[in-house]
Amino acid sequence: MANSEQVDGQGLSGEDGVRRRDFINVAAVSFAGVGAVGVVLPLIDQMNPSADVLALASTEVDLSAIQPGQAIKTTFRSQPLFVRQLTEKEIAEADKVDPSTLRDPQTLAERTVDGKKQWLITMGVCTHLGCVPLGAGEGENRGEFGGYFCPCHGSSYDTAARIRKGPAPKNLEVPKYSFTSDTAILVG
Amino acid sequence: MSFPWAEHYTPKHPLMQWVDEKLPLPRLVYNAVGAGYPVPRNLNYFWNFGVLAGLALLIQIVTGVVMAMHYGANTLVAFGTVEQTMRDVNAGWLMRYAHANGASFFFIVVYLHIFRGLYFGSYKAPREMVWLLGLVIFLLMMATAFMGYVLPWGQMSYWGAKVITGLFGAIPVVGEPIQTWLLGGFAPGNASLNRFFSLHFLLPFVIAAVVILHIWALHIPGSSNPTGVEVKGPQDTVPFHPYYTAKDGFGAGIFLILFAILLFFAPNYLGHPDNYIEANPLSTPAHIVPEWYFWPFYAILRAFTVDFFFVPAKLLGVLAMFASILLLFFLPWLDTSPVRSGSYRPTFKTFFWILVLDVLILGYCGGAPAEEPYVMISQVAAAYYFAHFLIILPMIARFEKPLPLPNSITEAVLAKYAKADGEPAAVPAE
Repeated sequence: MANSEQVDGQGLSGEDGVRRRDFINVAAVSFAGVGAVGVVLPLIDQMNPSADVLALASTEVDLSAIQPGQAIKTTFRSQPLFVRQLTEKEIAEADKVDPSTLRDPQTLAERTVDGKKQWLITMGVCTHLGCVPLGAGEGENRGEFGGYFCPCHGSSYDTAARIRKGPAPKNLEVPKYSFTSDTAILVG
Repeated sequence: MSFPWAEHYTPKHPLMQWVDEKLPLPRLVYNAVGAGYPVPRNLNYFWNFGVLAGLALLIQIVTGVVMAMHYGANTLVAFGTVEQTMRDVNAGWLMRYAHANGASFFFIVVYLHIFRGLYFGSYKAPREMVWLLGLVIFLLMMATAFMGYVLPWGQMSYWGAKVITGLFGAIPVVGEPIQTWLLGGFAPGNASLNRFFSLHFLLPFVIAAVVILHIWALHIPGSSNPTGVEVKGPQDTVPFHPYYTAKDGFGAGIFLILFAILLFFAPNYLGHPDNYIEANPLSTPAHIVPEWYFWPFYAILRAFTVDFFFVPAKLLGVLAMFASILLLFFLPWLDTSPVRSGSYRPTFKTFFWILVLDVLILGYCGGAPAEEPYVMISQVAAAYYFAHFLIILPMIARFEKPLPLPNSITEAVLAKYAKADGEPAAVPAE
């Protein structure tokens, strides 16, 4: 043993004192480490949404059949999407509220597209624990603020779908969308 | 390790001698759960629950593998194949009810096993590793049970998956990408169902492997006992077989009788009717609750209703829920009292029972709707839960005056019998 150590020490040591065997050791393990990372990355990434799931990541909605005061429930990224045409009265009610008094301060104008204030497009996912609020269907309970009402834990949203009462921390989320014509939107 | 007086494995049959030379597996079994493992002579029935948990795991694996033969992990057919298992597959109803109620029984015996450990100080040196591995098993069990509950793809399955993965969404910045990554989509879907099935099949075998480590770590110092006094000599122990194989066999009989009562007479008692409705992403059940064995933790999650400085209430709840379990990993170092058994710790004993009550209250609140007075009760109970481990236990360890300990297990046992006979204790000279 002592003999071979001596041979290593004398015969294989470089000018700078780094032994050839140590260098090979570090290089080999580093190389294997890079290889392991290269294998682990796709193993992790395969759990992300696949191409067919992402392909459904945008949804077109035709607005022509929705009358003022009406709402429809459709899906966007396999979650419910509420599309509502507000009445003049509902818009006035939403504008009357001082945003600074709200839990998640936002005005109706900030939650809608310029010049299309009557179109309120939000996710139908309560920001508390993800239940689907009531209020998009005909005759459903719209809560004491006339917007949406989550039956799970009693969160009430107003006519601009802003949180007013109950445990939810945020307003109903407004997804990214754009008008492709006067009566159609593309969500996502 | 084993005690020096442990019985030695000496195969008599030539075939067994031949096997022992080639692969000493029978020797391993003999030394682990046979006559070769000396165990304190005074174990009470609370020491049955480790073996019962092993039995419950075995039932889950057998019924689960059978159920997987009839299940289709696809959102289009999953709900239907479970119903088909119930109605059309021979004895399929038995397998499914045994699997669903078996999970509940697994948690019942594991909770009793954990509280046994808490009362008798089984987590203390030199058995810290046994305790830590036990907690790893507990975490794996919870993950497995959660994913298993998603597989029938009923309403509770779907919304449970949504709420639980939504917990990760509460983490700032990385939360939502993590949630999407876990689900393989923006909401629970086919990708989620498939991966949950794959992992639900895998994890029980991981649990079995950690159980082996748990037993291995236990057998190094040997089992603890109700007095908490370590084994001092051969008179303190009896061989595991036949003494505790018989005692555990009796316990297993009782366990199976109770299991059969629930299984055959009230198989849906612990379930939720909503889960017999197929998953509908557009309609939420009125009252989402997890299975009963998650209720105490669910109550802690929901106890946080107001933001604290810049931390939102939802995130606080999530952190508290994870902390309530991770806290237990530090228990061996939080309780510094050198006396193990709660029987000799009067103050500890009182607070132990308050903790049991506290967890039961949390459990009740976790199953109740999120409204007053349950929210306030769970806030108080959650605060007490943390106070017990972080404040009360270290304080007791410092100020409590424990009762005198017996000199040995044998002395404690003989004193008990002497008292029963009305005679003074006969203490063997040591």
